[in-house]
Amino acid sequence: MADPMKIRAKLDGDVLDVRVLMAHPMETGQRKDGAGNLVPLHFIQTITAQLNGRPVFQAETSQAVSRNPVFGFKLKGAKTGDKLSITWTDNKGDKRTDEVTVPTA
Amino acid sequence: MQRLAALLLAATAPAILAPPAAADDPRTAAVTALQRDFKPRGIATMNFLVEDGVQAICNRTDDKPPKEIAQRLEQDQLAGIRWPADGKLVGDWKSGERIAQNGRGMTWSDPANAPGGGSCYNCHRIGPQETSFGTIGPSLFQFGKTRGSGPDMQRYVYGKIYNAKAFSLCSQMPRFDHVGALSEQQIKDLVALLLDPGSPVNK
Amino acid sequence: MTRTLALCAAAALVAAAPVPQAAGQTKPPAVERDATTEEFEKFRAVLEADNPAELFELRGAALWKTPRGPKNASLERCDLGLGPGVVKGAYVQLPRYFADTGKVMDAEQRIVHCMVTLQGFDAAALAKQPFSNETRTPDPVAITTFVAGQSRGMKIAPPQTRPQEREAYAVGREIFFYRAGGYDFSCASCHGEDGKRIRTQQLPNFTRPEEAIRSYQGWPGYRMTGGVMHTLQWRLNDCFRQQRFPEPGYVSDSLTALLTYLAVNSKGQVYKGPGIKR
Repeated sequence: MADPMKIRAKLDGDVLDVRVLMAHPMETGQRKDGAGNLVPLHFIQTITAQLNGRPVFQAETSQAVSRNPVFGFKLKGAKTGDKLSITWTDNKGDKRTDEVTVPTA
Repeated sequence: MQRLAALLLAATAPAILAPPAAADDPRTAAVTALQRDFKPRGIATMNFLVEDGVQAICNRTDDKPPKEIAQRLEQDQLAGIRWPADGKLVGDWKSGERIAQNGRGMTWSDPANAPGGGSCYNCHRIGPQETSFGTIGPSLFQFGKTRGSGPDMQRYVYGKIYNAKAFSLCSQMPRFDHVGALSEQQIKDLVALLLDPGSPVNK
Repeated sequence: MTRTLALCAAAALVAAAPVPQAAGQTKPPAVERDATTEEFEKFRAVLEADNPAELFELRGAALWKTPRGPKNASLERCDLGLGPGVVKGAYVQLPRYFADTGKVMDAEQRIVHCMVTLQGFDAAALAKQPFSNETRTPDPVAITTFVAGQSRGMKIAPPQTRPQEREAYAVGREIFFYRAGGYDFSCASCHGEDGKRIRTQQLPNFTRPEEAIRSYQGWPGYRMTGGVMHTLQWRLNDCFRQQRFPEPGYVSDSLTALLTYLAVNSKGQVYKGPGIKR
């Protein structure tokens, strides 16, 4: 499996502020390596979030997003102890899932 | 030039050239470490780690050499400047601006025998449009306008870029033609950038 | 009352001093510079909140614990100066003297030493391409980032109790002020005074703690340009390149001496952990 993500989830009332740092080369397909060869397209295509197993968020992303991207979103209706899981999949079929427990506010 | 400098030093200030007190004094240890740990790469060869006369005197006096020594060595450097054979010191300021912007040259990542630049904006404010300028050296904005652009000033600017140490022995400014970083024409173009009344620097 | 008056008078005198300006000169961009600096600082604060360097700390932590190399061993018995396996607080107490090697070593030098002695990796192979590029981050870089992160929030405190540690500082100081190379530069040419910058890059003064920390704490640092993770070994290498010197050896003792000088000059300042850069 790919490198782990770093998920930060902060509760403010019942709004959960989520920030995810993802490890991914995010190659645009335009970059040339040291030898002058084009580095193939390799980027995160979808990001989904689940709260206690229920899908709450889905995003489709393009190769325009930068390397090792940070993704942030807010979620209503979360509470302490909930399980937040984030999954990304990329255009090569690679994927990564990481999970955190929502901490006390 | 360096031999003359060494003779002058021997005559006037023997204390400065006294051999290091012990084998493990920090200066000796540092030079030994540098020679041992550094490797040549590209055009950056090992001779560049060996101090020349000017570097040696500045290193040993914390860039504050005794006045008499500084003056003699500055005169020697001045005498070593090769002035243009055609007597013209001012070139083209448009070309000068490009040379001032260009920071390449003399590093191990620069090709041999390829012209570099003066890296002038790294340290100086120069033209009115360029806000990405350094502050290691003084502002040169409006240089010709404030200091004049007659033959004496042209000679000073040309000489200063050729070998800055001819005017201030331990200046932080590189000796561009002395070390072969800039050509005669490139220096003329930089003189024009600073002194030509038509240059944006003087508008 | 008197003191305030004296200060006001002094300020007035300074303000009244003629600033040489040619007629018609446009206002010097001091105002623009401040606004630019402010924007950069706001940008930096946003970046620091989610620093991709943390991803490399995670990777380094995994490398530390995983049995690897010809000896199939982990790094968990590596002594970074506080005892075998003690990582917390080790980075801010480096460089320091190690009895087993008989010399002063900095963090990355010590990590490479452990990779060689505990895990059986080849030192020459590690020195071949030691710096990150857009496709690859060498293991010592990730591990150094992890180790540095474990000193987050702690005061910089490299020891100067042993004679070898004091000598390393003295030799580092000599190297710092050593003018040579095609442009007659020393480290001090750029980093020996307050308030200087090269182009728009601020140049901290390494001779003062409040200034030295501004540089020291940024490394290891994640560079947005190219998305690469770099350590002080890379930073010093690139400095010497721009100084028009030949190339220093990776994790060589000259660099350790210089790092000792920098670390000791940052003593007492708080290390905020791996940084992020443009």
